[in-house]
This record gives sequence, C-alpha cells and structure tokens, in this order.
Amino acid sequence: MIAFLCKKLLRFATLLIALCVLSFWLVSYSPLDPIQAYVGADMTRVSLEQREAIAEYWGLNKPPVERFLHWGSALVQGDMGTSMIFRRPVADVIGERFMASLALMSMAWLFSGILGFVLGAIAGMKQDTWVDRLMKWYCFTLASTPTFWLGMLMVIVFAVWLGWFPVGLGVPAGVLAEQVTLADRLYHLILPALTLSILGVANVALHTRQKLVDILASDYVLFARARGEKGFLLFWRHGLRNVAIPAITIQFASFSELIGGTVLAEQVFSYPGLGQATVQAGLRSDLPLLLGIVICSALFVFIGNLVADIIYRLVDPRIRKGESA
Amino acid sequence: MTTQSGETPLLEVQDLCVSFVQYTSCLRQSTLQVINNLSVSIYPGEIVAVVGSSGSGKSLLAHAVLGILPGNASFSGVISYDGQALSPKRQAELRGREIALIPQSVNYLDPLMRVGKQVQTSVHAGNPRSRQREVFERYQLSPDVDKLFPFQLSGGMARRVLVSTALVSGARLVIADEPTPGLDDAAVAETLDYFRDLADQGCGVMLITHDIEAALKIADRIAVFYAGSTVEIAPVQDFAGEGEALRHPYTKALWRALPQNGFEPMPGSQPLPHELPAGCVFQPRCRQATSECSTERPAMRTVREGMVRCIHAT
Amino acid sequence: MNRRQKTLITTVCAALLLIGVIASALLIGDEWIATNFEIKNEPPSLAHPFGTDWLGRDMLARTVKGLSVSIGVGVIAATASAVIALILGMLAATMGKAVDNAISWLIDLLLGVPHLVALILISFTLGGGLKGVVVGIALTHWPSLARVIRAEVMQLRSAEYVLISRKLGKSRWWIASRHILPHMIPQLLVGFVLLFPHAILHEASISFLGLGLSPHQPAIGIILSESMRYLTSGMWWLAFFPGISLLMIVRAFDILGENLRKLTDPHSAHQ
Repeated sequence: MIAFLCKKLLRFATLLIALCVLSFWLVSYSPLDPIQAYVGADMTRVSLEQREAIAEYWGLNKPPVERFLHWGSALVQGDMGTSMIFRRPVADVIGERFMASLALMSMAWLFSGILGFVLGAIAGMKQDTWVDRLMKWYCFTLASTPTFWLGMLMVIVFAVWLGWFPVGLGVPAGVLAEQVTLADRLYHLILPALTLSILGVANVALHTRQKLVDILASDYVLFARARGEKGFLLFWRHGLRNVAIPAITIQFASFSELIGGTVLAEQVFSYPGLGQATVQAGLRSDLPLLLGIVICSALFVFIGNLVADIIYRLVDPRIRKGESA
Repeated sequence: MTTQSGETPLLEVQDLCVSFVQYTSCLRQSTLQVINNLSVSIYPGEIVAVVGSSGSGKSLLAHAVLGILPGNASFSGVISYDGQALSPKRQAELRGREIALIPQSVNYLDPLMRVGKQVQTSVHAGNPRSRQREVFERYQLSPDVDKLFPFQLSGGMARRVLVSTALVSGARLVIADEPTPGLDDAAVAETLDYFRDLADQGCGVMLITHDIEAALKIADRIAVFYAGSTVEIAPVQDFAGEGEALRHPYTKALWRALPQNGFEPMPGSQPLPHELPAGCVFQPRCRQATSECSTERPAMRTVREGMVRCIHAT
Repeated sequence: MNRRQKTLITTVCAALLLIGVIASALLIGDEWIATNFEIKNEPPSLAHPFGTDWLGRDMLARTVKGLSVSIGVGVIAATASAVIALILGMLAATMGKAVDNAISWLIDLLLGVPHLVALILISFTLGGGLKGVVVGIALTHWPSLARVIRAEVMQLRSAEYVLISRKLGKSRWWIASRHILPHMIPQLLVGFVLLFPHAILHEASISFLGLGLSPHQPAIGIILSESMRYLTSGMWWLAFFPGISLLMIVRAFDILGENLRKLTDPHSAHQ
C-alpha cells in the first residue's frame, strides 16, 4: 500500500512539473497582451513609459526562461504570484473561490452519486424491460446535453417563469459580503447544484447499470439463483456489495468532468466560484491566476483519482488480503 | 437399485428440448437447438450420471431443471418432480429448497462474501449459523474457514464448501455440474464420496460429467449424452467386459475407447448443434448404420433393463 | 423486425438528420438571416417556427447555420484528433516499452487537467478564434481513441498471420500497411465518429464562454451566449430551440457511432 502510494505520488510529481513547464510555455506564447489586461480598456491613456514600468513591475520584459524560473521558484515556496484582475495574491483568490465552488460541487457530487447509483441499480436489475430502456434513453440524452443550456432552461423555468429563485448572482445584490447568511448562500446554490446533479447522474448510472448487468450474468449469481435467491434479496446479498466499489470509484474519478460542468454552470448562474474566475482569467489574460487554476485543478483531479484507487484497495478483500498474504 | 417399477421417480425429464435465438448472418435471426428430446429420470437414493463430451450442452440440462436458463433460451418438454409437472412458479419455489445445484468451481461463490455467510444463506430450516457449523464440522472445515473469502480457499476446501451448500439446504435432489475436472485421482475419489454420502441419506443425485471413469465408480445408472440427446440409459453393471451388455453403438465405442478396454479410438467427431444429420444423430459414425437410420430419428425405447435410442439395439 | 434491422434503421435516420442539417445550411442564403425590425422578438409561429431575435432574424435559419458551423469545426477537430490518436496509438504499440510508457505518461498528463480548463488554456495561448478551438479540441480528445488503437494493434501484432509474415521477412511497413491498417479501419471509423459528440459539445461550451469562435462566426455557442442576455425578458425561444437542436445533433452522432460499433462488433451476435 505504501509502495503503491509512493509510486502514485512520484508519477504525479513528474506530471505536475511537466504541467507547470508546459502551461507556462503555452501562456508565454499567447498573442494576447497581459499589460492590456492589467490596465483595462483604456490603453490609449497609458504612455509608453508607463507601459514599460508595468512590464518591469510584472517582469514581462524578461525572456520567458528567466520569468519561468522566477515564477517556478516562488511557486515551490507556495507563492503563486498576484492576480492581475483581482489585484490580490493568486493563492487567496483561488482559496476563496474554491470554497464557493466546493459547496456547489460537493452538493452536486453527492446528489448525482446517490441518485445515479439508485437509477443504475434499478435499471440493471430490470435489464431489458421498459424501465431499463427509459433509464438508458434518459442517460444517453443527458450525456449529449450541453451543461450551459440546461442551466439556461433552469433559469427560464424556475427563475423567470415561476420566480422561485434569483436570476443570477451568487449573493443578493446590494448586500455586503459579511451580511450574507448561510440561508442566502444555500438559496443561490440550489439551481446550479441541481443543474450539475441532473447531468452528473448519467455517468454513474450507466456505469452502475453495466456493472450490475455483468454481475447478474456471472457464475456466482447463477449459483445464487439456483439456491432460490431472486429480486431484491439477490441484489441485497450479491449485487450491492459487488457494484458499490466500482460505483464509488467512478464517482471519485469523475472530478475532471465535475470541474468542467462547474465552470459552465457558474458562468450561467453568475456564481462567484473558481469556474467563473477561470473564464475571467482566460478572457482578460490574467496569467498568474490562469496558471494557478490549471495547477490547482490538476491537483484536485489527482486527489480524486488517488482516493478512488485507495478505496478500491481498502475495500476489495481480494487486493487487501492478497497484498498482506 | 435397478428395479424401480412402482416407485415414483424424484425427477423425470421427458423429451426436453432447449434452443437459443442468435444471429447467423448480418441481419438474420435463427434458433439453434442445443438439446433435443432428452429424457432421464432419477429415483431417491440413486446416483445417475449424465455423461457426454465437453461443450455438448450438458450444463443446460441442469439449468433447465432449475429454471435458470438465460433469457434468449426457450425450452419444451415435461419436467416433473415427485410426480408433479414443474411450472416456472413451482421451480422458483423448489430451487434451493428441494433441488440444489453443486457448481464446478469456486467462481460460483460471491467473491466479496465470507464463505460461512454464503453457506448460511442456503439454510431454509433451523438456525443457519449452527446448521452451517454442523455441516462444516462434518467435512472437517475449521471455524477459521467461515471467515475466509472464496479466493482464499484451497481447492479441497472449496469443493467441501460447495458440497456444504447443498447439504445444509436439505434438498432431496442434488445436481452436480462437472464436479471433477482437473482434479487428481485422490481428489476425484474424495469428491465422489461426498455424492455417495448424499445418496445414502436418501437424496437423488444427478452427476453431470464428461469423465466416464469417474461416473462408473459411483453411479447406479449412466445416461449417455450425444449431440444434444440421450442415446442410452444403462445400469452401471452393463459396463463390463467387451461391452456386450451395452445397447447403443456409441456407448459401446465409448467403453472400448477407455485405456483399460483396448483404447480403441472412435473415428469422426460429434456434430455441432446446427449441422445435425438427418435421421439418427450417430448414423454417420455408426458401423451398423442402414438406410433406415438416415431417414427417421429413432425414439427412446426400453431394451432389457435400460433405454436406448437405436432401432438395431437388442 | 429483429434488433439488427432496428439498429440499421436508426443509423440511417441519424445519418439523414445530419446530412439534412448540413445540406439546408448550404441552401440558406444570407437573406434568410437579414435584419428585419418589423418582426423582431416574435415568439414561435408558423412563419418562424423557432421565433425571431431582437434584430428580427429568423431563429430557425440562424440555428441551422450555427449547427453547420459547429459540425464543421467538430469534423475538422475530430479528424485532427483521430490522426494524432492513430499515430500515437500505433507508436505506443510498435516502438517498444519506452515509447509506450512515454505515451501513457502523456495521456495521464492530458487527463490530469479538466478538459474545459485545458481548452481554455490552449485557446488562450492561440488567442482564441477558430484556430484556438480546433487545436484545443484536437490536442485534448485523442487519448481514448489512442488507447483503443494501441490495444488493437498489440493484439494484431501477435496474430498468427502477422507472425508468419514477419518470419517470411516482410518489412515493418509492409506488415503495417497490408495486415494491420486494414483491420483497424472499422475501429478507427467508429472511434472517429464517437469523437464528434464530445468535440461539438466542447466547441459549443468554449464558444459560449467567449473563449472560442468570435461573434462574427455565428456558431451555436455564440447564439446561446447572446440569448443569455434576453433570458430575463422571457424570450425563452432564443435559448430553447438552438439548444435542443444542438442536443439532437450531438445525440445523432452518438447514435451513429454506437450503432456502427454494434454492427461491426462480432460479439453482439448473441444479443
């Protein structure tokens, strides 16, 4: 187990270093002007001297290799630089935005995981009946649905037509940040979380269904049937324990899609999370923030995959006992 | 054991046919008959071996009796248990209670469930825990074994655990599907003893196997399975000498192909389910075949103490 | 009617839908989407089934045009991605363990960053626009297909007839072009078609975020992003119809790919 963890961490370290080099190299070749991003729209008001002063301040006039070494050495010490659009340390911006996104993502993750597992299990047990066909049709359709469009439909139906929810903004307008209550936050969280949950169901439901179909065709289920087990009892004794591990694993390994969905949902619902910051960093050429987000999201995805691997090893007796023996 | 007239058989299978639906070419469907007109019966306290070469669909007989054939299979014919015809509903009631299956390997146990617990799930009367322990004691399985997962069992332990599932269920009919492949002689003898033991307690045992030697050691009657059907059902005593007492040419050839009986090879090979010959299925390989053999498929008839599907048998 | 025949029919229907959209986009001239203030902001009617926008343009014509732009971008990007997948998959399978490890490391690197974040990064590097989207999608979508190709080539390489050819002294290139490539074509085709749905969805997403195609190229993502501003005024048709059309196109590609897989896969014979 320890050897396995070390191997994983070592591989991730090489990937992370390569990612840093690669992303820095990529953004340094962008034709978009970071100075303009810093100044804003009024480029005409900035003289050439001021321009150079800004470039000097951000170190933009140095060759890329030197800039990379500067950025990289700071990064090793935990300093990701200063965001150009927020005028605050990148680490602070990401930390704050990440907590907001985490609330959204964890709600969606938990809800879609449970609902997806239940739907997948029902469909798998009722294989080839109309329930199963309906579920498959639903999931395949969801998998083809653009996240942002579903979010827009939610806004139209629940916010515009029914008026149950606010049309946008992560916090109520005109209220100071400190005065925002937990209830307010939750209220603004529901629609984006619902959008992400509905879409997140497809992956885990289809996976659970396929695994359960495979399990039901296995020799040990045949034998269980021969011993008179059927229906819910069969699922409870043999289906659940065998299908739960792959379902949990796939849910942890889906952090990458979760972030993608969050970026889009936050944009539609103007939710001030990490996804919105990513889009702003990209649109307004905030290099330090964009790089920081790329690295942090990679870290997040890695943690998800690692947890999936660890759970698999801890729960499955074949691997657990096999290693200790 | 050879005179059972008057007694009702525990299990009676008459004219069983099992077929599958599959695609033959790109867009065409066809049905493939894997078992045709199979008949066999088993009396309490008796071991009947169904012997046929590997891959000839013998396992499907067990699945048909238990009513656990796959979804794309269909079957016809009559299966009766205790003199009463089995409906799918009754099969579901009897499965695991009156009729038990002993599968061939440890793969038939849930990989994530401790074996003691798995055997307990088969108990239908009394305290599951104590019943399971009692049967494990009988097979010299220590209490530690209860807590093992299937992949941790040795070959010998796995066989005893599998037999235990049948014994704890209190079933009167036990169907063992290929219990001996890949075992050494001692292990085969040990496994076969378990079945003799079950039969001596009054169970009917159907032993499905490709190993004719193992079958001859313990079975009371042998049903010979060829190309999806039984060609002969003979008392085990008839397998003696040069095989004069045997009725069907295939059985005789099978007997003479055994190492101790001359090791005489049989020409040709068994036809596959989709290319069965017209008339008698054995006719292309049969030395005694006449023109009548290739026109009509012979019916099962009683000859001396057994049954045979051959018009020339005496 | 059996399942195979049903599969064939749905495949043909999906293909016809896609061809229909592309063909009608070619037939629709610019006069169809000309500005006409007399009919602006009209809800769906018989004359304008998808309604009209704030400039009085017919939304049906805009949607069809937008879809064909998205399909076009998807096709170019998916083709480029399939070429990368083919080259890297074959290299991984044939050039030895070191190359195989390097490519699997590269796949891990790509899958380690969320697709959308990677797309934003690449699109940003190239300054957005068509080039950014196509390169971004091409560079991020190849891993799954490359893995399939690698596994397939590995299997074929150990096949009897390939081993015999090698014994007979045929060159690597001869074996690759005569024995390996022809067997790969069905797999490659299916994998290629299955890249489309993802490519189109990601193109629409990145354009929607404003980092993809410019507003002068009216792709479906742009249309939806513009309609965001009119959501609160209750003009639901601006978002609803383009979105559901996009959904149908993506689904049609998905059905096409999955059905082609079913029809070419010998293992589905018993279903």
